[in-house]
Amino acid sequence: MADKKSLRHEFTKGILKENPVLRLVLGTCPTLATTTSLESAIGMGISAAIVLVCSNIVISALRKVIPQKVRIPCYIVVIAGFVTIVQMLVQAFLPALDEQLGVYLPLIVVNCIILGRAEAFAGKNPVLASALDGLGMGVGFTAALTVMGGVRELLGSGTLLGFQILPESIPPMTIFILAPGGFFVFGLLMACANRLAERKGKPKAELGCAGCPMAKQCTAAQKKACDKPNGEGDKQ
Amino acid sequence: MKVYVAILLTAILTNNYILSKFLGICPFLGVSKKLNTAVGMSLAVIFVMVLSSAVTYPLNTFLDNHGLGYLQTIVFILVIAALVQLVEIVLRKYIPALYNSLGIYLPLITTNCAVLGVTILNIDSGYTFAESMVNSFGSGVGFLVAMVMFAGVRSRMESCDIPKFLQGLPITLVAASLVSLSFLGFTGLVENMFA
Repeated sequence: MADKKSLRHEFTKGILKENPVLRLVLGTCPTLATTTSLESAIGMGISAAIVLVCSNIVISALRKVIPQKVRIPCYIVVIAGFVTIVQMLVQAFLPALDEQLGVYLPLIVVNCIILGRAEAFAGKNPVLASALDGLGMGVGFTAALTVMGGVRELLGSGTLLGFQILPESIPPMTIFILAPGGFFVFGLLMACANRLAERKGKPKAELGCAGCPMAKQCTAAQKKACDKPNGEGDKQ
Repeated sequence: MKVYVAILLTAILTNNYILSKFLGICPFLGVSKKLNTAVGMSLAVIFVMVLSSAVTYPLNTFLDNHGLGYLQTIVFILVIAALVQLVEIVLRKYIPALYNSLGIYLPLITTNCAVLGVTILNIDSGYTFAESMVNSFGSGVGFLVAMVMFAGVRSRMESCDIPKFLQGLPITLVAASLVSLSFLGFTGLVENMFA
C-alpha cells in the first residue's frame, strides 16, 4: 500500500508541488516562446511530455549500464533520439503545428526539464516510478504552458484556440503575443505561484544553479560564482 | 557586403536571441546578477556559437548529401557537446588564465538552447557558410548586449522597494519584459536601412 502511495506521489508531485515551470523554474525558453497561442502551447507541452516519458523510461532502464562519467552524453543521445521521432511524427501528421513551433521543436533536446529529470530522477529510480515521474512532470509542464498560452492568446488576440472570445469592441492588446508580453505574463504567473506557495509555507521559486541539470559539471556553480552577489540572494 | 551588415544588425538588434526569440533564457536569468559573470558567460557563448556553426554547417551538407537529414538534431547536439568538452580540456591544459575566466561556463553552454538554436536556424534560413558565420557571431554579440544591459538593470533593482509579492524572480521577469519592450523599438530598422 505504501508503495502504491509513493508511486502516486511520483505522479502528482510534478503537477503542482514541484511544477517544473512555476516551482523548479526549468524549461523557461519554450514556456516563453511557444505560448503565443493556446494551440502551440498545448502542442509544445504534449510533445515535450512524450519525449520526457519515453526518455525517462529508457534512461531508467539503462541506469545500471550507463557509466557514471559519460552519463550526460548518453542521456542527450537518448533524448535526441526521441525528439527526432516526435519531430518526424509532428511533421508528418500535424504540419501546421510544425510550422508554429518551428525551431523550438528540435530544441526540446536542450529543454532543461528533460535532462534535469534524467539526472535527478530517472538515473536513480526504477522504470515505473520514472515513467510516472515523467508523466507527472509532463502534465505539469503542459498545464503551465496552457495557462500561459490561454492568457496570452485571450489578451493578445481576443481568441481561444482560434475562436473569438472577446467581443469585437475590445481591441486585442497585441503586445501580449509579442516578446515583452511573454516575460510579463510569466512574471505575474510566477508571482501568483509564489503567493500560493507562501500560503502553504513553502519557499519561493528561485532561479539558481541548484535546478540546473549541469550544476554538477559546472565549476562556476561549485564556486557559487553566479549566486548571491552583493547580498542579493539573502534578501528574500 | 550589405547582406552581411544586414544579417549582423538583425541578429544583434531586431531578432535578439534572448529578447525576441527566447533562446538562452536560463543563463539570461541565472547568470546576470553580476556584470563580470554576465560578460564571461556571453564571451564563452559567442566563441562556442561561432565554432559550432563552423563545424555543423559542413556536417549538415554531408548529411543531406547522404540522405541522412533526419539525423540533424542528434548529430548537432552531439557535435556541440563534444566540441565544448574538447575546448574545455584544451583551455584548462594550455591557457589556464582564460579557463578561469571563461572556461568555467563551458559545461553550461552544452545545454544552452541558443547554441543549438543558432546552428539549426542557420540551416533553416538557408544561409551560405559565410552568412551563417556572420549570423552566429551577431547572435552571440546580441546575447552579450542583452546580458550586459540586464545585469545593469538588475543591479539597479537591488536598491528598489519592490512589492513583497513581486520580489525575486517575478520582478526580474517584469524587468526583462521592459528591456525586451525597448528592443521592440528596433523593429523595421534593418529593413528600412537597406531598403
